[in-house]
Amino acid sequence: MQDNFFARKRINTLLFCFLMLVITMVSIIATDYDVIRGFTSIPKAAEWAFGNFYPNEKALSRLPDIVNSLIETLLVSIASTIVAAIFALLFAIAGSHTTGMGGLISWISRSIATLFRNIDVAAWSMILLLSFGQNVLTGYFALFFGSFGFLTRAFTESIDEVSNSSVEALRATGAGYWSIIAHSVIPSSIPQLLSWILFMIETNIRQATLIGILTGTGIGFLFSLYYKSLNYNSASMVVIVIVCAIIVIESVSNYVRKVIM
Amino acid sequence: MKSLEGLTTIHDKDAERERIDARLKAKPFNKQSLVIRLTLLGLILLTVYGFATFDYKEIDFFNAILSALDTVKTMFFLPRLSHITFLDALTQVSITLALAFLTTLFGGIIALFLGLLAARNLTNPRLSAVIKAGVSFIRAVPTVLWVLIFAIAAGLGSVAAVIGMTFHSISYLVKAYSESFEELDDGVIEALKSSGASWWQIVFQAVIPSSATYLISWTFMRFEINFAVAVAMGAAAGAGGIGYDMFMASSFYYDVREIGMITYFILAFAVILEVIASRIKKKIRV
Repeated sequence: MQDNFFARKRINTLLFCFLMLVITMVSIIATDYDVIRGFTSIPKAAEWAFGNFYPNEKALSRLPDIVNSLIETLLVSIASTIVAAIFALLFAIAGSHTTGMGGLISWISRSIATLFRNIDVAAWSMILLLSFGQNVLTGYFALFFGSFGFLTRAFTESIDEVSNSSVEALRATGAGYWSIIAHSVIPSSIPQLLSWILFMIETNIRQATLIGILTGTGIGFLFSLYYKSLNYNSASMVVIVIVCAIIVIESVSNYVRKVIM
Repeated sequence: MKSLEGLTTIHDKDAERERIDARLKAKPFNKQSLVIRLTLLGLILLTVYGFATFDYKEIDFFNAILSALDTVKTMFFLPRLSHITFLDALTQVSITLALAFLTTLFGGIIALFLGLLAARNLTNPRLSAVIKAGVSFIRAVPTVLWVLIFAIAAGLGSVAAVIGMTFHSISYLVKAYSESFEELDDGVIEALKSSGASWWQIVFQAVIPSSATYLISWTFMRFEINFAVAVAMGAAAGAGGIGYDMFMASSFYYDVREIGMITYFILAFAVILEVIASRIKKKIRV
């Protein structure tokens, strides 16, 4: 019996490994991925980076421009997250199991969130580029739609987790719907909600770089401008500035998270 | 003399009561709620400041909104493929999926070893700190920049995309893995150590089995993220796959209806992945 169990377990493991290997081979063929070149490109990239990818004096003189567009990108990320959070809170309250109106409205708000979440911000930015052009608002709306979908799901889960029993207790005392939400649901789930908002801001700054490359705005545009004109010294300056900004924001939000949770 | 002593004690008691009252009154303004309020206030002020200072370039806001709504309407209600066939689109989505699979697999395997070395309860603290610092630096650089940096050495294409995305997956998964390893009870490791188990035995008999559910759900979550990233890399870094077709449809052909069809393709695959992920999560939790 025991022998059988171990034998079956070993066969399962082997089958799993074999399946993974087959999928890997198929993927390598499908994507035209050159395994050997993949390994050799890492030392080559490192060698190149030490030789060319560092800021020089000319790049330093561009620092004010870079910092300006970084600030714009940061503000776009924060603004889109906050406005998306307000909408997401309304949709999460409507879609949650504990506070939802139930039935059709819950279902509609949850499906809208699923739709928005699964269309990537890169897709949104390309769609919006057609109407808004090379404008700050293209990036803003792309980030807004992406954040809205993600935050609605996260908020719904947090509200469900936190406020089940307290909502029941308040309902038993005869409290009205809006006073339950204003005095119990939101206060008890606000630390989680804020933690999700901070997470979203961090993610959005990284996404904003990508959107900037696609739509020609903010810090991503500067990077692709320097990159395409082979001005690698200035491009490395952009990378360093982005890394510093993200590390500062991560440590601030880690501190806030430590205090409020 | 005695009455004076009594007076002072009464006075002390009053003072103490006042202090308690003050503490009770002060409770709603503790550090936690202060930080929450300050953070929210700061974020709202930054939002307002942002809206006030953005360079809108005198865009006609309402017309732009109307045309965006029109675009979205055409996209979703009149989708049609014109420059690629249905089969092409399906192949391209599979290529994107394959990119996501490769990067998740490579990232997962490397991150497993690095995660073991980065877990504070399995190695010495200095090595763990070094790995964690390196990983958080890698994570701070956006994926697209990694791909573009590798593209200089390897040329634009799948090699740069796979290596760049793997880099970012490693950094994400090392953090997730090492945190789930650190949740293991110290007593288990101590018991195994005192019975003479080697480091590898501890890892394979105690650490990995007890955190397997976390590892699987984190890895699958990264797979979902990598699928979205692979679409974006196809558009922004020429990595191939459906993202590149979408980029061509929007930036070269201005074909809204084709963008709509491609969006439906991506959406269908993303929803399938999400359903599988929630199935797996439900199954391993039981």
